[in-house]
Amino acid sequence: MEPNTSNGGRTFSRRWVLGAGATTLLTTGLTACGSSDSTGGSGTVTAFVYGDDATKVQVKAVTRFNASAAAKTAKGKIKLEKVPGTDYPAKLRTAMGSPNAPDVFFNWGGGSIKAYQEANQLVDLTDTIKSDPVLKDGFLPSVLAAGALKGKNYGIPMRGMQPVILFYNKSVFAAHKLQPPTTWAELLDINKKLKAANITPFALGGADIWPELMWLEYLVDRIGGPDVFDKIKNGDASGWGDPAVLKAAETVKELIDDGAFGKGFSSVSYVNGGAPAVFAKGKAAMHLMGSWEYSTQLGKFPDFAKTNLGWFAFPKYEGGAGDIRNVVGNPTNYWSVNARTGNKDAAIAFLRDCASEAYAKDLVANGDIPTTSNAEKLLDSSPNPEFAKFQYQMVQQAPAFTLSWDQAVDPDVSTPMLTEINKLFVGKSSPSQFVSALKGLK
Amino acid sequence: MTQSAAAKAGRPHAVWAIPGVLFFAFFAVAPMILALYLSFTAWNGLGDPKPVGLANWQKLVHDDRLTQSLTVTVLLTVTSWAFQTVVSLLLGVWAAGRQRNRAVLSAIFFVPFLLSSTAIALLFYALLDPNFGVIHQDTLGSTSGAFLAIVFVGGWQFIPFHTLIYQGGARQIPEVLYQAAAIDGAGRYRQFFSITLPQLRNTATTSSVLMIVGSLTYFETVLILTQGGPGTDTAILPYLMYEAGFKSYDFGYASAIATFLVVTATALSLVLVRLTGFGAMRSTREGM
Repeated sequence: MEPNTSNGGRTFSRRWVLGAGATTLLTTGLTACGSSDSTGGSGTVTAFVYGDDATKVQVKAVTRFNASAAAKTAKGKIKLEKVPGTDYPAKLRTAMGSPNAPDVFFNWGGGSIKAYQEANQLVDLTDTIKSDPVLKDGFLPSVLAAGALKGKNYGIPMRGMQPVILFYNKSVFAAHKLQPPTTWAELLDINKKLKAANITPFALGGADIWPELMWLEYLVDRIGGPDVFDKIKNGDASGWGDPAVLKAAETVKELIDDGAFGKGFSSVSYVNGGAPAVFAKGKAAMHLMGSWEYSTQLGKFPDFAKTNLGWFAFPKYEGGAGDIRNVVGNPTNYWSVNARTGNKDAAIAFLRDCASEAYAKDLVANGDIPTTSNAEKLLDSSPNPEFAKFQYQMVQQAPAFTLSWDQAVDPDVSTPMLTEINKLFVGKSSPSQFVSALKGLK
Repeated sequence: MTQSAAAKAGRPHAVWAIPGVLFFAFFAVAPMILALYLSFTAWNGLGDPKPVGLANWQKLVHDDRLTQSLTVTVLLTVTSWAFQTVVSLLLGVWAAGRQRNRAVLSAIFFVPFLLSSTAIALLFYALLDPNFGVIHQDTLGSTSGAFLAIVFVGGWQFIPFHTLIYQGGARQIPEVLYQAAAIDGAGRYRQFFSITLPQLRNTATTSSVLMIVGSLTYFETVLILTQGGPGTDTAILPYLMYEAGFKSYDFGYASAIATFLVVTATALSLVLVRLTGFGAMRSTREGM
């Protein structure tokens, strides 16, 4: 071939390559679009669940449902997908925007489902619940309400109660002749004695940040009462300017400077078992954590959980507006139904199983406290009836149950909020800088 | 194939590039264009993106966290580059010798590069635990500790790779140069600075561009070791992008950060190539 023509030939080829490339892209794109509505029609209902030890309760529920008459009537079977814990919210968000969206999915109610509700991706369950005595009378009303948005129900409770509790190491307390504190002054006094004995007062998984959040949640409640965060939750960022928030931040700072959490707390994680181990091995005397601390310890340090693990309510703050019976944490988790589901009947039939006694029994056997109205009589069969009853009554008698802040607000607020909390704990910002940064969050 | 047949085949036809071009278009160019588009929208991952004009870019310009994370990114890049270049240059030149023990040791040195970044980060996370790790200090909770940990872990992982590049480069240096220098009375240090280093110029550029662009897209180690903390002190640009996208679900803003990152990295590597004369491909054998 002559140099000139070969040159021309090459130009042509290049254009041809680009054309072919574009065509292929278009075709691939069209094929991808064509398969996007495959959720419809099929009888199988996919359920996404947060993948941890407690999923065995959901696995049993699925098996029970798939063999039931209700599944036959609704012509559907449930397929459970366990999504690893830390990735769960991001994986769910990605899946919900894709053709592979789940029909039913685990969530925390409140802010965690607000975006889905606004995008019309949730089935409104209000009428379903009203017209169905099993669902309507099956759950504690306050817990059902906590999963609602603007008075409409989008969730069915499906896990145990998760109040945040102060746990303590009984043998450490006994060795130093200490009693669980009921007031803040008593707590500070205990701290002093523990530090003199070279024991860190509190275990804290600061690397995860949310265990740090728990301190602020309780302090703001005890100092200013539940109304302070209620205002913030409802979208009023000026609520961060409440004196109780500043006072809580200052109190946290005093605790840190005082060495209440030890020196290395911001390198310690809860998720990888660091903080529970510090606590169980007696290096720290107390641990502020969700009720799941009990099952975590039961799994990792069973002897400690059975004999030396104690618990008490977060103490009262002298002069504060909050009741000592107020609780923070997660009322429970919920199942919500995707509006695009191909088999709504099967999905709702499956959710009804969560109100059944069999489901509640499975939860109790797992060490969880069901949020069903029939729970109280089942608690005696719990692996630790004493702890189960404490927890149930704690939630039953609570004048206010504040949902964990990071679940109550939108994700675009909770992320910077957690960063600011971390900055306060590691000393990168002062209590007043903390307050002004939070006021700036929309 | 005979030589004449090879000549007849000529230079490869453009059609041969189709698989590569398609792959690149589909997995690199198309997502980049999509990210550029998304940077002009507000999108939380659900429903359709809503055009918002320049809002995300204005937010980017006025975001204090961007300035801060840019500083951290530059510091991390420079420190990592210095640490990795010095160590891998020395190791590479040493490993270029031909004794048997060196081959065995070189093979062992290379092992960290074969592990996944996530596995390495998890391993060091466990080692750095203040209560149960090997160093009983709050390493990851202090600003300098967290920063140095990231530099060290990154170095531990990538030095083997760059050592390999330098080893290859050093083995290409003609033996006659050293023989001539020895005759002229040059010692080992003089030989290293006057022959080895200048001869490794192109190798150093290649390795540096890889390191610097690599540092700009460094991510897993930060995610696992520090999550950008303490506070925001190790929140490098890719982490900021991840946080905006997959924690705040602000995909429009995350796309703006991503676009900024692509433009910066491309500009930086072009500048590097230009400054170091790599583009001109000057031979290291000039005058021979």
